[in-house]
Amino acid sequence: MPLITANNFFEPGKRYFRDFSPGDEFYEALLEAHQNLTDEQSAQLNAKLILLLANHIGDIAILREAMALAREDTE
Amino acid sequence: MLSTYRYPKFEYRTPPELMAPGKAGRYPVVVVGAGPVGLGTAIDLAAQGVPVLLLDNDDTVSLGSRGVCYAKRALEILDRLGCGQTMVDKGVSWQVGRTFFRDEEVYSFNLCPQPDHHRPGMINLQQYHLEERLVARAGQLPNIDLRWKNNVVSVTAGEAGATLSVETPDGFYTVTTDWLIAADGARSHIRKLLGLDIEGRVFMDRFLIADVVMQADFPPERRFWFDPPFHPGQSVLLHRQADNVWRIDFQLGWDCDPEEEKKPEKVIPRVRALLGDDRPFELEWVSVYTFQCRRMRSFRHGPVFFVGDAAHQVSPFGARGANSGFQDHDNLAWKLKLVMDGKAPDSLLDTYTEERGAAADENILNSTRSTDFITPKSRTSLLFRNAVLGLARKHAFARALVNSGRLSVPSHLTRSRLNTPDEDGFAGDMVPGAPMDDAPIAAPGGEKWLLSILGNRFQLLYFVEDAAGIDERTAATLASLAGDAVPVEAVVVARSGAAPSGLRTVHDVAGRIAERYDATPGTTYLARPDQHVAARWRVFDPVKVQRAVAVATGNAVPNLMEAA
Ligand SMILES: Cc1cc2nc3c(=O)[nH]c(=O)nc-3n(C[C@H](O)[C@H](O)[C@H](O)COP(=O)(O)OP(=O)(O)OC[C@H]3O[C@@H](n4cnc5c(N)ncnc54)[C@H](O)[C@@H]3O)c2cc1C
Repeated sequence: MPLITANNFFEPGKRYFRDFSPGDEFYEALLEAHQNLTDEQSAQLNAKLILLLANHIGDIAILREAMALAREDTE
Repeated sequence: MLSTYRYPKFEYRTPPELMAPGKAGRYPVVVVGAGPVGLGTAIDLAAQGVPVLLLDNDDTVSLGSRGVCYAKRALEILDRLGCGQTMVDKGVSWQVGRTFFRDEEVYSFNLCPQPDHHRPGMINLQQYHLEERLVARAGQLPNIDLRWKNNVVSVTAGEAGATLSVETPDGFYTVTTDWLIAADGARSHIRKLLGLDIEGRVFMDRFLIADVVMQADFPPERRFWFDPPFHPGQSVLLHRQADNVWRIDFQLGWDCDPEEEKKPEKVIPRVRALLGDDRPFELEWVSVYTFQCRRMRSFRHGPVFFVGDAAHQVSPFGARGANSGFQDHDNLAWKLKLVMDGKAPDSLLDTYTEERGAAADENILNSTRSTDFITPKSRTSLLFRNAVLGLARKHAFARALVNSGRLSVPSHLTRSRLNTPDEDGFAGDMVPGAPMDDAPIAAPGGEKWLLSILGNRFQLLYFVEDAAGIDERTAATLASLAGDAVPVEAVVVARSGAAPSGLRTVHDVAGRIAERYDATPGTTYLARPDQHVAARWRVFDPVKVQRAVAVATGNAVPNLMEAA
């Protein structure tokens, strides 16, 4: 399975009436996870988060694809 | 003074209490505040036969540039009040919003991509035009007593109603009322006089609003820029309003000097930079605002109800202010009417604060999320925000995360105790508690839209293929619902034919009603007076309908066995 780049956020058992709601909910949770951290602490949190999610995804081909896309336009 | 608009001056008249002094007037309902929401409330109640005393401390409409965007649902409510068309005629209708990051478009949305809806996703209309039209509509209703320059200075409330002291150019007078509706805005004096709190968050940001008159052929779309070259590091929002007046919101940040920023010599170069050419324009209005997201814990205190900004406030990015205020009275008016008529218990009125409180939470949630995206509060949020915008050019998932404002849409009141839970299977969004979708119809009276025949009373939509095929017994049962204590008007929705027994029939000409309501022959929807779904079934059963009406009005539910 290739990397999913279509909108893919949802929460099992939860009903959304607006397309934007699940993504907004994730984004809010992400910012909340960083609340009251220093920039350095936030960078650490991001690193740990990437590692946790990467292990969850597991498929290294997908992870390589994501890393390549993230690298684009980053220089 | 605006070049495109003259503020009306509404006439003050000496109130009857001051013509025959010593007499304290007694009224069934007093509404305080003739802003959009107070006017809507008064019209809603008056149109349902309730006489209303409406007091406002000013004698004109909203000054300067405030509300701009009025959403589909607000227009549908205004249609029910009899003044939607005049708003649409004067306003600028639009559906598409475009979002730019630096100098590139990264995302666009369409508020109403479905065909076959009467009203557009949004209109832009200066708040003063909206209010002037509401005042005109109120003037057509003889049971609204609208008093300008009547300032409410004190209030007491108890079991038996409320007593107000009102200041006028001719002196003070007192009125008592069974029900008081406070629509006196964000700084609600009544809220303070009753010692009630409103809690929430103030955002550390400032926005410059400029109304500009110019000839421009930009399409009628909302445009939003993150970090544009002409206003680096901040956001900018552009809307076209009526009469070639363009509204621009420049984000300024917290550290600016508002007085300095309002000076034309500061504002004009900002507008010039946005336009990027030397077309002529005239500055019509400038102000600087901050905003907050907050709500009262309860919108009801005994005989006093709070509606609109008095009850809740949001940041303006979702245009959820006045839009949600109209939904407040949409929710309250029919309940109050039923209680006043002795057809529902007082407890029905508590569901106003339950339902609209849930909606206020949803509005505050969405407005807060937008604000946090637009005004990142830390380096990390800014980093994520710009990463989303950077990815949005290429990747659909990131476009869905771009949040330049989630524009006002009505809440689905799915948790309301007025709903009868589904016992049959249905697809789609028209769940109990849903605001009902519009769709085209053909009807003997010439009506063209479903919502134009719904509202102000309970109604039952009964779906069949051929209305003429309904048997006499079913037709008589459907018709008899109109004779119940809380009357229910049956409406047959068919592809063809006319129903017997003089039952009202409409034709689902485009098949959109069946599609949007997942209706099959026999499907029955119970609609509330505010065009929300109360209950639905696959088969019409009058006993279930009566139970659902009882649930939706807070009345004791008749025992199924006894009733059958
Ligand atoms: C910059 C900006 C942009 C906005 N954009 C939008 C938008 O696009 N869409 C949208 O829906 N909303 C928008 N809003 C919000 C909208 O303006 C408010 O939600 C709306 O005005 C609320 O209406 P209201 O009737 O509750 O209160 P108000 O409009 O504040 O009216 C209150 C009325 O009560 C009267 N009053 C007050 N005290 C007393 C008293 N003691 N006695 C008698 N009368 C009294 C006042 O004179 C006034 O007429 C915006 C607001 C701002 C500031």
